[in-house]
Amino acid sequence: MQEIHITIKLFAQYREERFKVEQRKIKKGTSAKDIMDVLGISEHKLPLGVLMVNSKHEKEDYILQEGDTLALFPKVGGG
Amino acid sequence: MADKIYRINMNDLSFTIEDVPSEWMGLGGRGLTSTIVAKEVDPQCHPLGPNNKLVFAPGLLSGTSAANSGRNSCGAKSPLTGGIKESNVGGTTAGIMAKLGIKALIIEGLPQDDSTFYHLHVSFEKVEIQQVPELVGKNNFEVLDHMLAKYNKKVAVMSIGRPAEQKMLISNISVKDPKGKLRSHGRGGLGAVMGSKKIKCITVDAEKFNEASANIVDPEKFKEANKVFTKALQENPISGEGLPAFGTNVLVNILNEAGALPTRNFRSGQYDFAENICGETMAENIKARGGSTTHGCHAGCVIQCSQTYNDKDGNYLTSGFEYEMIWAFGANFGIRDLDLIAKIDALMDDLGVDAIETGVTMGLAADAGILAYGDGAKAYEILANDVSNGTPLGRIIGSGCANLGKLYGLVRVPVVKGQSIPAYEPRAVKGQGVAYATSPMGADHTAGYAVATNILNSGGFVDPLKKEGQVALARNLQIATAAVDSTGMCIFVAFPALDDPKCLPALIDMINARFGISLSGDDVLNLGANILKTERAFNIKAGLTSASDRLPEFMNYEPLPPHNLVWDFTNEEIDEFWNF
Repeated sequence: MQEIHITIKLFAQYREERFKVEQRKIKKGTSAKDIMDVLGISEHKLPLGVLMVNSKHEKEDYILQEGDTLALFPKVGGG
Repeated sequence: MADKIYRINMNDLSFTIEDVPSEWMGLGGRGLTSTIVAKEVDPQCHPLGPNNKLVFAPGLLSGTSAANSGRNSCGAKSPLTGGIKESNVGGTTAGIMAKLGIKALIIEGLPQDDSTFYHLHVSFEKVEIQQVPELVGKNNFEVLDHMLAKYNKKVAVMSIGRPAEQKMLISNISVKDPKGKLRSHGRGGLGAVMGSKKIKCITVDAEKFNEASANIVDPEKFKEANKVFTKALQENPISGEGLPAFGTNVLVNILNEAGALPTRNFRSGQYDFAENICGETMAENIKARGGSTTHGCHAGCVIQCSQTYNDKDGNYLTSGFEYEMIWAFGANFGIRDLDLIAKIDALMDDLGVDAIETGVTMGLAADAGILAYGDGAKAYEILANDVSNGTPLGRIIGSGCANLGKLYGLVRVPVVKGQSIPAYEPRAVKGQGVAYATSPMGADHTAGYAVATNILNSGGFVDPLKKEGQVALARNLQIATAAVDSTGMCIFVAFPALDDPKCLPALIDMINARFGISLSGDDVLNLGANILKTERAFNIKAGLTSASDRLPEFMNYEPLPPHNLVWDFTNEEIDEFWNF
């Protein structure tokens, strides 16, 4: 089974009882949604607001690649 | 009894109370200040001369029980941009003016005796104008204490600090909030206009007031609509959860992650020390040190995005500690210590200077070699000594970013229409760039918050890194915002309004119930479009042109890391904005 290395960053309420940033080895072909399921973010009371990979907005079905940085935010705003 | 216009003439220190002209009846807030400025102020007048006017107007729903309706608008010709200006604020003035039945307060002329400053005390059907030599040279908190001792805790207070007495372009008008701290009519140098009229402070007292002003034509309908509206604010994940938990400063990390947090005077879109200054860190500090993550800038606010921030020993440092200010002195000027930024925030409240204009100017001052990047102690000293005392260096900083750039021969000067660009990089949030370029206010994020749809997935998604769809997005948002700015509503109602179909109709229902009218959604959008056109027409007569609707040129040829994009709109594409 081929593995790839990714970085996961969490923000705002998603950090509570989880982490700010973590490197992980994952199975090739894993989607961003799979990671959200593993972290319990898919069931979080605050739905996903923004998902970025390497500083660009992506959708949950994005298939992660070697070296990717995945960032997950609940809905946030300000100004 | 119908609402009135209170008009103060500083030439002879007199006042009159006038009926509201029929064409102003349906207006409030920004719609009214901009209409009055456009009608009564010569667009070519000197903004600090006798022919400019300073206009205050509460929103259409201010003074009612409508949630988040406590914003007050201030308008004039701006000495910073040379165009029309509206800047709105929370605090306690909107509600109290509305209670008195004051549709607008218009201040005109300059006093013959300009050797001192004046205090205006506005109460029911009366304005007292007194000299206050004892307050000359004082900053805001001392003026505030003085006024609260003289009157009572409920009196609304607007004041200027020393920089505005000296007519500096970074100066603002400060307003007491419900907890006795300060908020500001921040942008465009409105403090200098008040200083030019020799007005140190204005108090508004509703001890006696106009019972009829609070009348609502259809109270049942109003109550029902307010319930729906309040629920929309409370159930929205941003206004109901995110803003109360982390404040506006939650934006540091998301803009940084998106590569759109202007850093080191707009050289990069990412700051290595974002984690030091972000909203999550701020919330952790507040939890550990005492203080509060929730604070409303005006009575009736159900969002409570503001906060009270203490130092490591639990002593009060500042309140109203907002994203724009933290970005300006953090990422853009380079301070890594959130507590030091908080000390500067409190100092700027006391001095009464715009956090964005001052912070962006400080970033440019580092380019100019005046101080080193990130030297917060030196920045504090320049503000506390030079700016406050009006030394030549203080006046250079106090003249704002555009002027500093000219004086030092700098090219990377982040302004539009002479006003500093706020905390979102146009090259990486292109819709926001279009809004900065085209807003009649100069670079102003609140005029059309395209960040919502470019970055935050509110109101759909338009890719921030591409040009497609950005002009239409910036146009639609600016039209809607001009209308919302007329209601007295906080701009954060935009988040539920963009995503919850019940929100805007409930807002319009409240306006209709209050006045017994039947505006449609289209009527409200027409109002917004007309306000923008009125403001634009003033600017054209003042001498601004399409060439003023441009971002600074360096953005066209300096690629911004990490996306390495330039600003790539043609002039024709930008000018298409006004095609409505």
